[in-house]
Amino acid sequence: MRYAETGFQLEVDLSKGSIDKVETDPEDTALLLGGLGMNLKLLFDRVPPGTDPWSPDNLLIFGNGLLNGTFVPGANRVSVDTIAPVNGFLGHSLMGGFFGAEMKMAGYDRIVIRGQAPDLVYLAIHNDKVEIRDAGHLRGRLMDETQTLIKQELNDKRAWVAALGPAGENRVIMASIDCGNSSAARTPGPVMGVKNLKAIAIRGTKDVYIANPEKAWEMCSRLRKELDLNPNIGDWMATDEDDSFHHNNFSWGNARVRRKTFWSNELEERWRNLKYDHMSRWTGCWNCPKACHNLIKWPNRRRFSYKCYGKDTYHMAAFQELDFTYEILPIAMDLGLDSYSTPQVIAFALELLDAGILTEKDFPDMPSDIRQKFYYLLHKIAYRDGIGDVLAHGVSGAATIIGHGAEEFDHNTVKKFEQLPIKLGKLNPAYFLMIATGEEMAITQTEGSFPQDPITDPKLKEEFINNWVAVPDRKFHEWFRQWEKRDQLPDQAMVEISDWNECMHYLDDSLGLCGFVSSFRGQFGGTTGYHVWNMPDLITLVAGIESDKDRLWECFQRIRTLARALNNRRGLRREMERPPEDHWAVRDEEYEQQLLTKYYDFKGWTFDGIPTKETLEKLSLGYVAEDLIKNNVLTGDEVTALKDPRANKEKE
Amino acid sequence: MERNEKRVKTVKEIIVDTSKCVGCRACEIACSAFHTIPKYSSVNTARSRIMVVMDEFRDIFVPIRAGQYTQAECNGRNRYMIDGKEYDECTFCPASCPSRSAFREPDSGLPLKCDMCESDPPLEKPMCVDACTFGALTYEEREEEKAEQETRGDIEIAFEVLAKKYGKKKVMDAFTRLSKD
Ligand code: SF4
Ligand code: SF4
Ligand code: SF4
Repeated sequence: MRYAETGFQLEVDLSKGSIDKVETDPEDTALLLGGLGMNLKLLFDRVPPGTDPWSPDNLLIFGNGLLNGTFVPGANRVSVDTIAPVNGFLGHSLMGGFFGAEMKMAGYDRIVIRGQAPDLVYLAIHNDKVEIRDAGHLRGRLMDETQTLIKQELNDKRAWVAALGPAGENRVIMASIDCGNSSAARTPGPVMGVKNLKAIAIRGTKDVYIANPEKAWEMCSRLRKELDLNPNIGDWMATDEDDSFHHNNFSWGNARVRRKTFWSNELEERWRNLKYDHMSRWTGCWNCPKACHNLIKWPNRRRFSYKCYGKDTYHMAAFQELDFTYEILPIAMDLGLDSYSTPQVIAFALELLDAGILTEKDFPDMPSDIRQKFYYLLHKIAYRDGIGDVLAHGVSGAATIIGHGAEEFDHNTVKKFEQLPIKLGKLNPAYFLMIATGEEMAITQTEGSFPQDPITDPKLKEEFINNWVAVPDRKFHEWFRQWEKRDQLPDQAMVEISDWNECMHYLDDSLGLCGFVSSFRGQFGGTTGYHVWNMPDLITLVAGIESDKDRLWECFQRIRTLARALNNRRGLRREMERPPEDHWAVRDEEYEQQLLTKYYDFKGWTFDGIPTKETLEKLSLGYVAEDLIKNNVLTGDEVTALKDPRANKEKE
Repeated sequence: MERNEKRVKTVKEIIVDTSKCVGCRACEIACSAFHTIPKYSSVNTARSRIMVVMDEFRDIFVPIRAGQYTQAECNGRNRYMIDGKEYDECTFCPASCPSRSAFREPDSGLPLKCDMCESDPPLEKPMCVDACTFGALTYEEREEEKAEQETRGDIEIAFEVLAKKYGKKKVMDAFTRLSKD
């Protein structure tokens, strides 16, 4: 009997039209949990290193976190993973809401999609009944229409439909997959598009079993109440209308301009009214006592919801106000474009026009009003019309195609992924490490457990430390105690802070826990709902898998190392691990490189940033070591970074 | 038998404030977990006796609890317009009815009905209410004193109806025949 997980995955080959329900090995669950962990193994085992991400041989995997579909509060994240067309490395995205729980109740831990359908199709899943259906009539349909039409067609209002809009069908790099109020953005969209898969509809009516019913229920009921009352978790942007943080500190336009005094009380009041005059309600995700989505009805637009920083991206890219975001978001969402990277791509294009690298001829009939320009480009991109066909490659891809100095304007990407528009003064070592090395390609998917800033008041500091249950080791207490200035802590502390921050995300993404009640929410206030001390109990009680803090930590190391090995095999090396050059005004190349070496060494990786054979074997990843040796990524004789002669040269 | 005596009856009520519902489905999850055997040994919202009718695009969030079983779907159905929102046919109907799969056991098709989480010892409040941290469901119990006629059982009523229609003898004959089978 399997608990929390169903023990089956659905494997669909769209080229062959085959559908298989395949039993999985519980040993793998014990080693890799679920979600991201299991997806990584599938990508590593089944997608050979030379595979073109656009080819039918790439996989698109919707992987349920281990705890999804149970009564663990806030466990609902589906890890959507593939090889990303934008850079050929791991493409990782998370989808909340209800899709995952429904998939579990349909009897599957994950859906693995391979191949390419000869024509546009959608997948309809109702428990064991799985069909690949023609989607010709859905071609070009907008996001909300698609979901509604499929539910009507299946005569099932309770089905959940994860769909593409036109942008996804057209393989736009910034395309997202939406399902109700949730979406998987940043990579899986275009892969789903190239597979000719318009949507996946799912409905399940089977039981998801719990290993230790009474105790698991007791623990989860307690947790639900704790999460509910904990003010430091969830998304306070849903209720706190003071958003000076993003507006004064993040950069506007193409990640260029800081407006440090933008925010004012008058503005806050005006925007508060704007929001609540048009808000229908807050909405939430499966079994979570926080409700982070703001459901908005703007005149002449369909109702839509957004959460967190999605509130700011469009108007900040366009130097407008909140009303602009409210009027453009529903349209962008219906086209199936992600609100994180798309505004940056548009702002980038307009900058190129200003600089004369692109000319008026590239933008025929573009209106002069800035808002109208955004609408104009939004449609050009979604339908790949004219310049939109170029911009559909994302900032980095477009810059390469355009050339003539456009590359200089691609200043806010890491490994070709658009980053948060943050431009700061002094280098922050821990952030340097996380941005440079993050396999998840976004700082919000890496940071979160250790506070962003020190507390200087000694009394408040001690109070904070006393309530800081989440720390995996007392040494973090000590480092926090001695921390006075943001950039000043021993290198060892910087390395281990990055490690712990990463750890929580890798665990969340494999267990299905939402970062807003866990990994992302330790940095402000220190009291996360989940941490390495209560996760093991949950795993044992709910999934029936023996776990403790050390075993769990090893799971993190294994999953993180597997992600690294996957990318190494696809060519990831040290020299690519660079934050945007202008991320900090003051840089210190030599120090940064030394720090990177220390980080690699701590992880058991080589000077080039590849896990050594020994490290892999220690983590039960011997098969990965063999494979890397076979593919000439490793010889097997490598030492960890600090033992490398090149590290000594660095010191001199 | 004495009739028309004063009786104190406990009325249990779940008050639903649809404006507070965020659609988290914690109520469905708690209800389904509570009603499995052994308790909490599985989650399956298709077995829940509460169902949140949800449509984000139309701002519709309505928790409905399962009511009586009906053998046949009804002809006179309701479609509501409230505050400019149009609710689908049968949205507010709690019946376990052949026209839909809601409120029926997924495997057997047997009807599901909210039992107010009756259990021994009784719960302080029903599971769905306890799970709803948003205040969309609240529980009230009150004593109602009323002069009440002793109610007769369903079978008694059924026999009376049959006797009226076919005469006592025919009913007795049929009953005797059936009980021999
Ligand atoms: S914290 Fe917010 S985003 Fe996360 S699961 Fe809960 S409602 Fe969803
Ligand atoms: S009162 Fe109990 S049985 Fe009825 S819907 Fe709520 S949880 Fe289910
Ligand atoms: S638990 Fe409450 S808020 Fe959540 S869906 Fe049920 S009624 Fe709505």
